[in-house]
Amino acid sequence: MNEEITQENLADLPNPQREKQRNWLPSLVWLIPIVAAIIGIILVAKIIIDRGPVITITFRTGEGIEAGKTKVKYKEVDIGEVQTVSLSKDRSEVKVTVQLAKNAESFTTMDTHYWVVRPRLDAAGISGLGTLLSGAYIAADGGVSEETTKKFTGLEVQPIVTRDDSGKQFMLHADDLGSVDVGSPIFYRRIKVGRVSAYNLDNDGKGVSLRIFIDKPYDKFVGVNTRFWHASGVDVEVNASGFKVNTQSLATIVLGGLAFQSTDGNTGELSKENTTFLLAQSQAEAMKQPDGSPETILLHFNQSIRGLKPGATVDFRGVVLGQVKSVGIEYDAKLREFNMPVVIEIYPARLGRNYVKDQTQSPYTHQQRIQFMISRGLRAQLRTANLLTGQLYVALDFFPKAAPIKQASNSPIELPTIPNGLDELQTQITTITSKLSKVPFDQIGMDLQKSLVTLNHTLKSAEKLTNTLNQDVAPEVTAAMKDVRKTLDSAGRTLAEDAPLQQDLRQTLQDLSRAAGSLKVLTDYLEQHPESLIRGKAIDNP
Amino acid sequence: MTGITFKTASSLAMLRCHQCGKLWKDAREGERCQQCRATLHKRKPDSLNRTWALLITACMMYIPANILPVMVTSTLLETHQDTILSGIIFFWVSGEWGLAAVVFIASFLVPLLKLASLLILVISAQRQSEWRQQERAKLYRLLEIIGRWSMLDVFVVSLLVGLVQIQGLAQITAGVGIVAFGAVVVLTMLASLSFDPRLIWDTANAHNSSQSTLAKDGLNNSNVN
Repeated sequence: MNEEITQENLADLPNPQREKQRNWLPSLVWLIPIVAAIIGIILVAKIIIDRGPVITITFRTGEGIEAGKTKVKYKEVDIGEVQTVSLSKDRSEVKVTVQLAKNAESFTTMDTHYWVVRPRLDAAGISGLGTLLSGAYIAADGGVSEETTKKFTGLEVQPIVTRDDSGKQFMLHADDLGSVDVGSPIFYRRIKVGRVSAYNLDNDGKGVSLRIFIDKPYDKFVGVNTRFWHASGVDVEVNASGFKVNTQSLATIVLGGLAFQSTDGNTGELSKENTTFLLAQSQAEAMKQPDGSPETILLHFNQSIRGLKPGATVDFRGVVLGQVKSVGIEYDAKLREFNMPVVIEIYPARLGRNYVKDQTQSPYTHQQRIQFMISRGLRAQLRTANLLTGQLYVALDFFPKAAPIKQASNSPIELPTIPNGLDELQTQITTITSKLSKVPFDQIGMDLQKSLVTLNHTLKSAEKLTNTLNQDVAPEVTAAMKDVRKTLDSAGRTLAEDAPLQQDLRQTLQDLSRAAGSLKVLTDYLEQHPESLIRGKAIDNP
Repeated sequence: MTGITFKTASSLAMLRCHQCGKLWKDAREGERCQQCRATLHKRKPDSLNRTWALLITACMMYIPANILPVMVTSTLLETHQDTILSGIIFFWVSGEWGLAAVVFIASFLVPLLKLASLLILVISAQRQSEWRQQERAKLYRLLEIIGRWSMLDVFVVSLLVGLVQIQGLAQITAGVGIVAFGAVVVLTMLASLSFDPRLIWDTANAHNSSQSTLAKDGLNNSNVN
């Protein structure tokens, strides 16, 4: 090739066709990086613009939280992602930094709550099952506060009531929590209408306050007349009226729950949010008229109080007035004997409005009134409520025949007692028994035995006699009977219809009958013609 | 190697058609080859500009290619996003050092070195530097050969995306990163294609020295390319 070129005249090489050079083309190449840069810048800008605030949430444990993976969700919508998970300096908690989305800026208000959703099995049921597979996530409940913050303290348990729940919160006050837990259902006519959102012990430790939440359409059933009660578990009641099992629903047996209803179906004026109600132990207790304050009375029984337990009823002619508070035993040094002090609580309000009115207006003191009633025979008595279980109750009644007693103590008021009917019966039975024991059963037994021996001898003689009769008399009798039958047979034959005696007899009778006929004709004739007796029979011619 | 005097076609005011190899005398750039109708150029047209543009784009693309996830694995349990580096780290941590090294070299190091090499080539060509011209020429040839191997990642991801599509249980989808990564590979290939290796030799000295000499060696040189 080298040679070719040198040998050929370079000028002979053909001239190419000329064309105008396009100068704008090179510049087009630069469009590529420009476009790439623009796209890149737009993407970066979008990411930066879409980035919301970064917040720090502290949790007690970092279980299930992973940096770069765990999402922050509100109503199952992603509103952010965990960036880092680290321990606080004093190692007491876990700090989680979260990159919130731009549209989730409202989740930085002071009262926003964050908590970790993990699979949970509790009173409210099974929740967060999806997180078994997908891993835990942080859930948020947006606040409404004006102030914003970047540091939050995460809740350890999922709040029962979130802000987007509509309904009303109320407070309940109870003696004890029962089997109720956070999340326990609240029933209205056995429909689940709410749940327990929180509870805490009162500051004085004498009761429990529960915060409950009633969902929206049902909060209108909570009024001034509404009563709340424990619907937890199985309410087994063994009392004077027998054995009673009461439950609200199967779920409450396991998980516990509360129920409410209004007295006589009238809700009354609607309650405002955060109104405090009393939580009764049972529906019956809840529905009772308010009892007012109880009055403590001391009773001394001089008998066994087996079957009398604290909580047993105190009744007055069938109306339950109160219950037994405590039973005990006391040694009376003066009388040198033991007696059983029983403290009862009665609600005077249950005796009726008029009684209460009378009490408040009476010119006499309380003591005087009690004394007056005692003098009229007011006594306490132990009675058997249930023969099967042997339960006792305290009955108050007037026993006009009771021996008058001077009241011993004033505080607490002491009521005299009398033994009950069954006790008296017992005494009588004892007397009868002791009398019975005096009967000489031994002697009677001996005599009886002697008589029996004699009787035995008599029976033996009787047997001998019978034997004799059987062996000697019986054949004779049989023979005699045979003769009798023979005689009877011949008599039968004689008397038979076709017997000659009969025939003769019949003929004789017929003759006799004819003779009687002729006699009758004769008498008739004689009657008509009595003269014939003298003159003889007239000749038949007139 | 600097200072070697040789003649080139351009120094003899001759142009060789890129497509059919026909040599034209007294031709100018932008004229068409009468034999094959291709436009005649002294060097690859606008070589440095185009290489620069493509190279800069490739460099820009290299960043998202490594930051953004290349593969999104959604299983029943979770959705996992993998970048190239996280994959390498995963392999390394789980003890697959060999595999980690292969992926690291093929998917991370090679594109990076390619970009760096192209930068060196372009910058030195632009400066008409006489620095290590032969090594640079070797480097260029090496680039041409290994360039296509970088598509390994793209193939792996596209294979997996096609294969793992168990509805609901497991699903692999391509991330944005793989597009950027593919763009890097394609752009660097285009960039090395648009780079004219003859520019390595177009030094100021060569120009000066070749003005007066015939194109004996230069023609050889140009034919090689």
